Amino acid sequence: MKVAVVVFPGSNCDHDAYHAVKHVLGQDAAFVWHKETGLGGADVVILPGGFSHGDYLRTGAIARFSPVMAEVIRFSEAGGPVLGICNGFQILLECGLLPGAMLRNRDLKFHCEQVAIRVEQTNTPFTNLCTVGQVLRLPIAHGEGNYFAPPDTLRELEAAGRIVFRYTNAFGEPTDQSNPNGSIDNIAGICSEARNVVGLMPHPERACEIAVGSADGLVLLESVVHSLRAAHV
Amino acid sequence: MFDAATLQRHGLTTGEYDRIVELVGREPNLTELGLFSVMWSEHCSYKSSRVHLRTLPTEGTRVVQGPGENAGAVDIGDGLAAVFKIESHNHPSFIEPYQGAATGVGGIIRDIFTMGARPIALLDSLRFGPIEEPRTRRILQGVVAGIGGYGNSIGIPTVGGEVMFDESYRGNPLVNVFCLGIARHDAIVKGSASGIGNPVYYVGAKTGRDGIHGATMASAEFDQASAEKRPAVQVGDPFMEKLLLEACLEVMKTDACVGVQDMGAAGLACSTCETGARGGVGVEIDVALVPQRESGMTPYEIMLSESQERMLLIVKRGREAEVERVFEKWDLHAVRIGEVIAENRLRIKDHGVVVADLPNTALTDEAPVYHRPMQMPAGRELLHQIPAEQLGPLPHPNDALLTLLGSPTIASKAWIYRQFDHMVRTNTIAPAGLGAAVVRVKGTSLALSMSVDGNGRYCYLDPRQGARLAVAEAARNVACSGALPIGATNCLNFGNPERPEIMWQLAEAVAGIGEACRALDVPITGGNVSLYNETEGSGILPTPVIGVVGVLDDASKVLTRAFPSTGLDVILFGENAGELGGSEYLKTVHGLLRGVPPALDLARERALHLLLVQLSKTGAIRSAHDCAEGGFAVALAECCFDGQGTGVDVNIERAASDGGVDPPAATLFGESATRVIVSALPEQTQAVIAAAQAAGVPARCIGRTGGFAIRVSIAGELVLESSVSQAEARWRSSLSNWLDGQAA
Repeated sequence: MKVAVVVFPGSNCDHDAYHAVKHVLGQDAAFVWHKETGLGGADVVILPGGFSHGDYLRTGAIARFSPVMAEVIRFSEAGGPVLGICNGFQILLECGLLPGAMLRNRDLKFHCEQVAIRVEQTNTPFTNLCTVGQVLRLPIAHGEGNYFAPPDTLRELEAAGRIVFRYTNAFGEPTDQSNPNGSIDNIAGICSEARNVVGLMPHPERACEIAVGSADGLVLLESVVHSLRAAHV
Repeated sequence: MFDAATLQRHGLTTGEYDRIVELVGREPNLTELGLFSVMWSEHCSYKSSRVHLRTLPTEGTRVVQGPGENAGAVDIGDGLAAVFKIESHNHPSFIEPYQGAATGVGGIIRDIFTMGARPIALLDSLRFGPIEEPRTRRILQGVVAGIGGYGNSIGIPTVGGEVMFDESYRGNPLVNVFCLGIARHDAIVKGSASGIGNPVYYVGAKTGRDGIHGATMASAEFDQASAEKRPAVQVGDPFMEKLLLEACLEVMKTDACVGVQDMGAAGLACSTCETGARGGVGVEIDVALVPQRESGMTPYEIMLSESQERMLLIVKRGREAEVERVFEKWDLHAVRIGEVIAENRLRIKDHGVVVADLPNTALTDEAPVYHRPMQMPAGRELLHQIPAEQLGPLPHPNDALLTLLGSPTIASKAWIYRQFDHMVRTNTIAPAGLGAAVVRVKGTSLALSMSVDGNGRYCYLDPRQGARLAVAEAARNVACSGALPIGATNCLNFGNPERPEIMWQLAEAVAGIGEACRALDVPITGGNVSLYNETEGSGILPTPVIGVVGVLDDASKVLTRAFPSTGLDVILFGENAGELGGSEYLKTVHGLLRGVPPALDLARERALHLLLVQLSKTGAIRSAHDCAEGGFAVALAECCFDGQGTGVDVNIERAASDGGVDPPAATLFGESATRVIVSALPEQTQAVIAAAQAAGVPARCIGRTGGFAIRVSIAGELVLESSVSQAEARWRSSLSNWLDGQAA
């Protein structure tokens, strides 16, 4: 498997995603500069966290105009698996690959901490090795992760099983107290209609080794390896 | 000749002016006067502190780069060096907390990557006034948001630090930022110019009028009009700095640069004359070529601007296109503004017309050096006594413990560090808030441990002893993580050096730092001095802050503070002399800042550090935590927090001095140095105590982890009992109660 890690000038989790794929998972990974117009034959695309173009306007608002994004959209339309993490999720919202928008965290503060999220759906390329209801401990690090979508969109997402992760307490209960940023319905991650594009605010790539506090994020990367193998059989 | 008012506005005395005329050989023009003004400011020239700083130990087998460059560096093995420094941004952070703190972070990051090192960790040492006051909370919230806003965006984790509160910082908060980066030894880049005819490049953000005379502002006391100095505070752009960082590191990989210097305090003025002076050559530039954000800027303004996120590069002739291509990739300006010249001069032109032409070294090496008068403050004997009659009612130890755990200086700093991305780059292997900050070095088995410490109260009572204790505590914290302390940096925060009592404090503190650094084998590789921390004649507590860096050969052996399980033996290293002088207990419970700071045996301190490193290597101990503010009882309680929630039951001896002032507070809350609480599997206890005895460190098994309470007996009599959950709740909620607005 070859993973393209897209690098915007203000990406700062690009090295973390690369490290997780290459050195923890043992798969091939390559950085793709945002001004490029190809993905180097990658099987998977990761849009990493960071502050793509400074994000002084809205997070991810400028990144969708980077040349590489046209190629990412084409790749996703062809069914290629795309994972947007944190700022990557924000970019997916801005470029329309996923519905909804991000607001400032409800307490208007940046949050960096471990949270618990519950896996709601396993039929995506990034969760197929999870079980429904499984609770993962992953870090968050964002100031603008308060997911919002209008009621109609929410109903559609719910009906189509496109809400992939919810913030919960350690027992898997989506309480208000376990919602770190005020996201509507405790939504931490969603997928596209075709299910191959997944975006989430928590950082699975920062939770791939016990040494750094949690290895619960590795299953997302293992899942996509598994889904590609299954597709080749 | 300039009139007295002009000289005063430039922070220059008539004596200094006469010296300038002598050095230049003529009267300077206004642009030249401006250059002298900033380069001879306290901030840039260290004119009051230099004679004392010279006494610090700066050499050692691991020192790769000592003071004098943008940052120091020590060898960490595997051909790598840790490049680090601490710097203050105190004055700007009072005037405009968010931008002041943010640009403080930006400045120190530039110092590190200027050396060719990739920055991988930030720590902060912060001081604020009483948290009960709304203005303190506003400043704190602004500073925290500013540090986060910059560090989070640029993607360098803020992994640790320390915060203390005291009335003396009311009008002068301290914001000291420490940054550490990693470089290969052979890739370290110096800030010096060489090669006559080599082009001088300006890269990064455009120059505006912001921050003109920032260095001069940082070299004066505050008064009622200080708020009007806001235009002298710069505005930070972390995205620009991220681009600059990546582009500079990419260029430095090519060896197309002979020297790099960031534009910090005194901007273009400082970077051009310093690179020239260091290289024994000169620099000639034309300010008309400098990218400008505003129109109509004079050469004076362009040279003195402190606009952020700018660097000066000396490029090898013939390699220009290569360098320009990299900056183009990152959408940054890279403009040739001049060249290296043979004469040792700084020559500035404006559209080809010379507007300033000065000997380099007149601005740098020839800056004045003052042996300012010093005098020990009167009334030391009285200060050193703890007046029994002034103590309030003596609280029960249970209540005193809760009071201390809720004091903002001791309470959990989660409210603060939760707003900092402390995990980005996935190297942080000691969770935030659990003692020293530890980051692994990918591609090696190494980890680096860092701690910043300082105690203004100790230094107020005895600056030399306080400074020794600061070095010892920073190194001890590093050793508690299992790392061998190998280098140090210092940030000296003091009041007005023109007052002999302040100058005495500074000299004593520097002497104390020197003594401790020599004994603990942590040479000082660089640092920063911040003077004039006074508002309307009232100065801060003398606050030297020490940053210590240590190395763990095996990152997997890292230790933290928290007891990892029940059923472990608890062992106390060191002796409890029951010293309450300058303690958090005296201040918080009795409102007193009196007494003699704790004694310190530096040889035993060093033995303790080596013992901790040895025991972490063998895996004999499971956790380690030093006794600091709040003494033994607070340290023991902290060992129960953030972990598995286990309780602990211990029995300790009564301190020799206890029974005098406030028994049993001296035993429980006295702050004797060189003490560490460790835990070990019971079958390891004998070996741990034997190792301690062999090292000359007193050690005694005092109890065991387990249960749900913190229980302390003295000589067999139970004196303190508190449930872990109640104690932890008090410790955890204190800051958020104040800062999230539930408290009045």
